[in-house]
Amino acid sequence: MSERHGPLGLGEEQADLLEAASKYCEDKSSVETVRNLIDGQKGHDPATFSEMAELGWLGIALPEIYGGAGLGLAEVVPVVEQMGRRLMAGPFLPTTLAAQLLLAAGTEEQKSAVLPQLAGGTPATLMLAEPNSDLDAPTPQANATRKEGQLSLTGTKCLVVDAHVAQWAIASLNLDGSPALVLLDRQALEACSPRREIVVDETRRSFRLDLDGVRVPETALLDPALTSAGLARIALAGALLSAAEMCGGGQSCIDYTISYLNTRKQFGRPIGSYQALKHTTVHAHVQLEQARSHLYAAAHTFEKGEEGEIAVRMAKAAAGPALAFAADRSIQFHGGYGFTYACDAQLYRRRAIWGESQFGDAVYQRRKLASLIL
Amino acid sequence: MASSPSKPELNEFRAEASAWFSENIPLQPDFMMPLTFMEVGTDEQFEFLVDWQRKVYEAGYLGAAWPEEYGGRGLHQAFQDVATDVMRRQSSPIMLNTIGLNWAGPLILDMGSEEERRRYIPGILSAEDIWCQGFSEPENGSDLGNAQTKAVREGDEWVINGTKTWTTHGSYAKYMILLARSIPDTARKYAGLSFFLAPMRIPGVETQPIQKLTGEYGFTETYFTDARIPADSLMGEEGQGWAVAMRTLEYERSARGGQAGGLSIVAPDHGEVVELARRAQRGGRAAIEDPILRDKLVEFMIEAQGIALTNRRASIGPLVQDRPMSIPLSGKLMATEFTRRINEFAITLLGQAGAYAVGEPEAVDGGISQRAYLNAFSATIGGGTSQIQANIVAEHVLGLPKH
Repeated sequence: MSERHGPLGLGEEQADLLEAASKYCEDKSSVETVRNLIDGQKGHDPATFSEMAELGWLGIALPEIYGGAGLGLAEVVPVVEQMGRRLMAGPFLPTTLAAQLLLAAGTEEQKSAVLPQLAGGTPATLMLAEPNSDLDAPTPQANATRKEGQLSLTGTKCLVVDAHVAQWAIASLNLDGSPALVLLDRQALEACSPRREIVVDETRRSFRLDLDGVRVPETALLDPALTSAGLARIALAGALLSAAEMCGGGQSCIDYTISYLNTRKQFGRPIGSYQALKHTTVHAHVQLEQARSHLYAAAHTFEKGEEGEIAVRMAKAAAGPALAFAADRSIQFHGGYGFTYACDAQLYRRRAIWGESQFGDAVYQRRKLASLIL
Repeated sequence: MASSPSKPELNEFRAEASAWFSENIPLQPDFMMPLTFMEVGTDEQFEFLVDWQRKVYEAGYLGAAWPEEYGGRGLHQAFQDVATDVMRRQSSPIMLNTIGLNWAGPLILDMGSEEERRRYIPGILSAEDIWCQGFSEPENGSDLGNAQTKAVREGDEWVINGTKTWTTHGSYAKYMILLARSIPDTARKYAGLSFFLAPMRIPGVETQPIQKLTGEYGFTETYFTDARIPADSLMGEEGQGWAVAMRTLEYERSARGGQAGGLSIVAPDHGEVVELARRAQRGGRAAIEDPILRDKLVEFMIEAQGIALTNRRASIGPLVQDRPMSIPLSGKLMATEFTRRINEFAITLLGQAGAYAVGEPEAVDGGISQRAYLNAFSATIGGGTSQIQANIVAEHVLGLPKH
C-alpha cells in the first residue's frame, strides 16, 4: 500500500480472505442457524469448524513449519470480522488466540507437538480471566507450586470459552511470585470440573474452572523467559480480534435496523422517513465507520510496537461503544417487537456486552491510551 | 491524466515544497488571522491572503494537478495532495479564494465550456478573480431548491432581481456562482432553476456586511436590483441549474475530487488541544491531570484519528465495497461536527478562564478557542446543515425513505 494510506492498508491476502470469509460466513451462519445453535448444548457446529480448518483459516497466522500459512493477525482480522457479522458460533477465536500465545511463549517441543493440531482444527482455549480480574495485576491469583516434578494448581478461572470442546488450554498462574503459563491437555481440563456459566451472549459457551488439586507435569510450563511478552501480546491480539468481531456485528446490526425502518409503517409512512430514527441511525453508522477504520489500521500496524498498541487500543475503544449504540438503538427502533426475544436486535446488544467484557472495555482502553498518548 | 508518480518522485517533490514553505511562510502579522476562508472580515486580512495565495500559486503549489492550458501544472493529483499536506504541516495561512479554487473552479473544469475554462480558471488560481457563491437566500437556506431570485432574459442579457445571503467574500468578489429561477411556475420547483457565472462589479449589485455571532464580519447579504449580466453568463442549459448546483455542492463537501487544493481551513489540531490541557489550570492543577478531562481528551483523540483513517480508507476499494458512497457523503458531517465539539471542549479545559473572550488581555491564547467554537457553526450550518447532511447519508447511503 502506498504511503498516502498512512497506517491503514490492505494486503492482497487480506482482501482475498475478506471476500472468501464474507461469502462463507453468510452461507454457514444464517440467523436461523445462530438461533438453533443457541438452543443446543454444544453451541456450535463442529462440521463447520472442521471446514474452516480445512480452508486453512485456523493456521493463517501460524508459521508454515507448524502447518500454518505464515501470515499474521492482520489476515485473521477479516475472517473474524465476517464471523462477527454473522454472529457465527464456534471456537475459532479461542483456538486462534491460544495458538498465538503458544507461538509467542511456548517451548519448541510444545509448539511442534501442539501447533500443527491447532492449525488442523483441534479446538483450544485460554484460561486467563479470574473472578474480579485486574488486567494490570502483576501476577494472576491462581497459583502453581512445584511438587515432586509436578505443578500443583489452586485457584479459579472464569469466562473460559469453549472449555467443553477444547483439547488444549493455556492457563495463567502465579509461580513463585511471577506470572507463568501452563499448557493443559484435555484430561487436566476435565480435572478442573468445568461448570457452564450462564452468560449474556447466548451464542457463547463459557465455563468456570476449579484448579484446586489439579496437577500437571512441569514440562507443561511454557518458556518462563517469554511469558510476560506472550501475555502482553495476547492482551492486544485478543483486543484486536474482539474489535473485529464487534465491527462485523455492527455492520449487520445496522443493516437489520435499516431493513425494519424501510418496511415498518406507522401513521401511513415507513418509520425510516422520520428524522428522529433516520438521524440516529446515521450517527450509529458514522460511529461504526470510524470504528472499522480503526480496526483496519490496527490490523495493519499490530506488529509495530507502541504504534501498534495505540492502534489496537483505539480500535477496541471504538468498536465496543459503536456496536453497543447501534444495537441499543436497534432494540428501541423495533418498538414493541424490539422488546421480544424473536427480534434479532437483542443478539447484537448481548454480543456488545460480551465484547466489552473481553480484553478490557472502552474505559480501560482509554485509560491505557491516556498514558501512551498524553 | 498524468501518470502515477513513483515514491521517490513524490518524496523529492515533498522535500522541495517543504523547503519552499519553510522559507516563504510569512510571519504572523499583528492582526488576528482567520482560521478559515469564511472568516476573512477585514481589508488587511484580505490583502495579506491575496498576496499569499498568489505567491503559493506562482511557486507551483496550487492547482498543480489542473491542466497547463488553464494555468495549472498538469501534474498528477498526488503532487497537489503532497503540497496541501505540507501547507497543513507547516501551518501555512489559508488559501483565500477557496470558493474559486475548490468549488467553482473544479465545476468549470468539469462542466464548463472551453471558453469558460480559459476565461475563468487562471484568475481563480492567481487570486486575481475572487469568487463567491449565491445559493442561500434569506427565506431559502436548507430548502435551496426553492430559491426565488429571478433571472429574466432580455435580448443579450439576463436581468437579475432578488437577495442572496451568507455570501462569503461578497464585497471582494469579482464573480459569483449564482442559482436563480429563470422559468417561473414549473411543476417541479427544481426545473425552473438556472446556473450563472455572474459578474459582481456591475450596476444593480450591492452587498451589505452581516455581523456574525462572534461580532465579526465576513459574509454579506447580496442584493440584485435589475442587475444585467451577459447572456453567456448562463452555465449549461437553462432549467438545469439544480443539477449544476448539486454538482457544486459535491465539490464543496469534498464528495468529489478535482479541486485545486491548498489549505482552506486551519483544522483543529488535537495536539494543540493536548498542549492546552497541559497549560490550562483548573482548581490548582493542570487540566490534563483531571481524570475526567483526561478521559474526554483521549476520546477526542480517538475520534480525530478515526476521522483521519476513515478519509484514507475511502480509497481502498475492498474496505468500502458495502457502501461505496458512505465516506464521501458523510465526510462533512463527521469533520464539521467534530470541529465544533473539540473547540467547545477546549473552552471547557480553561475552566474559569473560559469566560474571557477576544480582546481581553487575560484570555488564554487571545480567546482563540472561544472564537473558534462560535465560528465552527459556519461549517455545521453552511454548505448544507448537519441535519441536511444526515438526511443525505440516510437517503443516499443507507437507503432510508424520504419523508
